[in-house]
Amino acid sequence: MDIDRARLIATARRAALLAVPVVFLTIFFAWPVAAIIHRGIGAEGFRTVVNDHRLREVAWFTVWQATVSTLLTLVVALPGAYVLSRYRFAGRSVVRALVTVPFVLPTVVVGAAFTRVLPHRFDHTVWAILIAHVFFNYAVVVRVVGGLWANLDPRLDEGAAVLGAPRWRSLLEVDLPLLAPAIAAAGAIVFLFTFTSFGVILLLGGPRHSTLEVEIYRQTAQLLDLQVAAALALVQLVAVVTLLLVTTRLQGRLAVQRRLRRREEAAARVRTTGQRLLLLANFTVMAILLGVPLLSLVERSFSVPGGGYGLAWYRSLASTGSSGLFVPPTEAIRNSLVFAATATLIATVIGGLASIAIGGRHTRLWLDVGLMLPLGVSAVTIGFGFLITLNRPPLDLRAKAVLIPIAQALVALPFVVRSVVPVLRSIDDRLREAAAVLGASPSRTWREIDLPLVSRALAVGAGFAFAISLGEFGATVFVARPDTPTLPIAIFRLLGRPGAANYGQAMAMATILMVLTVACVLVFERARIGDLGDF
Amino acid sequence: MKRIVIALVVVALFTAACGDDNGSSAATTSASTHAPVTITLLTHDSFAVSDGLLASFTEQTGITVKVLQAGDAGEMVNKAILTKDKPLGDVLFGVDNTFLTRAVDAGIFEPYTSPALSEVDTQFADDTANGAVTPIDFGDVCLNYDKAYFGKHELPPPTSLESLTKPEYKDLLVVENPATSSPGLAFMLGTIAEFGEEGWLDYWTQLKANGVLVSSGWEDAYYTQFSGSSGKGPKPIVVSYASSPPAEVVFAETPLSEATTAAVPTTCFRQIEFAGVLAGTKHPEAAQAFIDFMLSTTFQDDMPLNMFVYPVNTKAVLPDEFVKYSVVPDKPLLLSPDEIAANRDKWIDQWTSTVLG
Repeated sequence: MDIDRARLIATARRAALLAVPVVFLTIFFAWPVAAIIHRGIGAEGFRTVVNDHRLREVAWFTVWQATVSTLLTLVVALPGAYVLSRYRFAGRSVVRALVTVPFVLPTVVVGAAFTRVLPHRFDHTVWAILIAHVFFNYAVVVRVVGGLWANLDPRLDEGAAVLGAPRWRSLLEVDLPLLAPAIAAAGAIVFLFTFTSFGVILLLGGPRHSTLEVEIYRQTAQLLDLQVAAALALVQLVAVVTLLLVTTRLQGRLAVQRRLRRREEAAARVRTTGQRLLLLANFTVMAILLGVPLLSLVERSFSVPGGGYGLAWYRSLASTGSSGLFVPPTEAIRNSLVFAATATLIATVIGGLASIAIGGRHTRLWLDVGLMLPLGVSAVTIGFGFLITLNRPPLDLRAKAVLIPIAQALVALPFVVRSVVPVLRSIDDRLREAAAVLGASPSRTWREIDLPLVSRALAVGAGFAFAISLGEFGATVFVARPDTPTLPIAIFRLLGRPGAANYGQAMAMATILMVLTVACVLVFERARIGDLGDF
Repeated sequence: MKRIVIALVVVALFTAACGDDNGSSAATTSASTHAPVTITLLTHDSFAVSDGLLASFTEQTGITVKVLQAGDAGEMVNKAILTKDKPLGDVLFGVDNTFLTRAVDAGIFEPYTSPALSEVDTQFADDTANGAVTPIDFGDVCLNYDKAYFGKHELPPPTSLESLTKPEYKDLLVVENPATSSPGLAFMLGTIAEFGEEGWLDYWTQLKANGVLVSSGWEDAYYTQFSGSSGKGPKPIVVSYASSPPAEVVFAETPLSEATTAAVPTTCFRQIEFAGVLAGTKHPEAAQAFIDFMLSTTFQDDMPLNMFVYPVNTKAVLPDEFVKYSVVPDKPLLLSPDEIAANRDKWIDQWTSTVLG
């Protein structure tokens, strides 16, 4: 009887917590997506998709490039994750923050950076795509795998060494199995991002390379063939859901009981020459892969008319000029900050509520997967869905600026959830039980045990959401209005016009965006609890 | 944490407070004769006007204009078609002859014949799709070349589409994919206008054999691949606009006395841009007034240096840069909107399998 009541209360509590996130995701995600797919769904679309050999090739290429990108990213970034999590050296946290920056930069900026530094023989090749994907996702592996690695008890490796195992063997036979769930998680995330890759393919891949995401855009926005678009969107949705289900299950199966240590204990000083070389090699990879493309933009932003360096492009940002923007570019900086802050607030509130509701041990799988879905659905599907759903008062928001932070919050939401849920799950249940035994009410237990940890995790999630929103492009471009451009939108518009002055201004704005992003990442990195969190 | 929350709340309230303003153009309505009305102009991403131009319209008429950019021309038209029942705006500007028939057939326009059409060049004045739309400007998609490259290599620049298949121009040309780029589509249509339905695919087969490079979009072709732009790419011939050479001068890093690039006039495909009143608007009169305004010299004079297109109003004055550095071809390549609408998808498929296949 009492147990039934307690269960009832728990269910009611969870329902209350989930109400806001569910309503938000229904209105701004599920309904628009369902409406636009419903408009075009039918046997006709599927028949075209199945019979068109080009579309079949696109589907194949999508899977192929995502697989190769994921493997390549793991190979390049795992050593980086190792040195950043297992060695102590000056400036480690700064390096960790810096490698995160590419992940949150908009594809327009990255596209511009790579076209500047990649030799022309890479133009339009699959290599350009793969390198850019490694660039974007390096941080995912460093953060997700490094997060766990930093907490592995060093005594396990020491034990192996005592028993005579060389370092490579203990890495392979001790660390690797323990890290398997994190590697699987990182791989799944990288695969998800590269599977739905859009900007990189369009900007760097040339006309011969296309992914499902690009094809959905083409069929929807360019051809208005909603039947084929709906069929493709469903194919992509099914693929993404399957991927998420499989990897979530896999992570559960791979998880091993392990002893975690605070990372300061796990990280060793750099002693031998071999270790120094290892660090040096990894820094070189980071500098060439991540540093050079971005620095080339910075360099270009300072090189002024007539040779030499100066601030000419930065000074010109204060006036509208004939830039094709409706406001001075500096206005875009203010817009970006305001929209990103609003998006962060939305994402943190909604993501926080959802995380607390699903944070317990026994989470429903579908909730977990559902909260990741906005990352797996094409922005054009959502954007065109908005057009045909949010068209009646009180929700006639189609031309309203408020849609910008809402769209950004949708993209940022999964990152908030992934920052908070692992922390909640890591709280030892015995702590809560002890509190209960000592007479604390459930609400007091929550307030004194869960809340302090959750609020720090939320702060990290908020920081991530802010950085993501600052750099968000794909969804923002569908809802942005000309009088309220964000930095990525302004850069995109400037790059779309001929003439050196527009290009110079675009580079200056890109540099400003990078500086803002670095600052933001440095700040929220400090709020992390150990290395917990899936991003 | 608490501080972060407080900061976020403050910023959010600030946004909410700013959220209501309809942009800088919500100017005074003191000189107004109409009741204050706000109309929304649905247009493409390339739409641009000088500061204060829309405010001057508001001063004259009391009508405030809100601009809504909705992607490139094709995407914007498709959004207008998709939202026909609940239109996104009151006026649409920027549908061109390659998309016109699709838009008109979908019934998104309410007929309007502007009295200002009398000032429009006779070669455009009849292009109204039976009164559904009004021609506003035109532009030409042409081959552009890098003058410095041809000077240095003592090679004559190309003079026609035909010449591009010659061995001396091997590996020099970059074009855009017509499936994803509007100048790419225009250029492909130009080759169909030039060589006819029978010959154009052979032409492209020869271009392919001669090493044509295909980019997905204009930005990549012009900035990354073309040697005459600030990107300093490897290809000295690119598909761009007749107005790109003056644009290079206007936006040059240091003032130029001469254009560094030039267009080849015999290779130009003509694009005409139209405006129309969107069916279902609650402010048809205000929308019509704005179309009249777009044909006025105030607006027409402003277009070249903002959108790099040519005015259709014969009384409009071209800026110096346009007079000096661009040429308007005598006989641009043309196809009728109906012909384009009937064949576009088929042609793009044929092009794709010939050039990319």
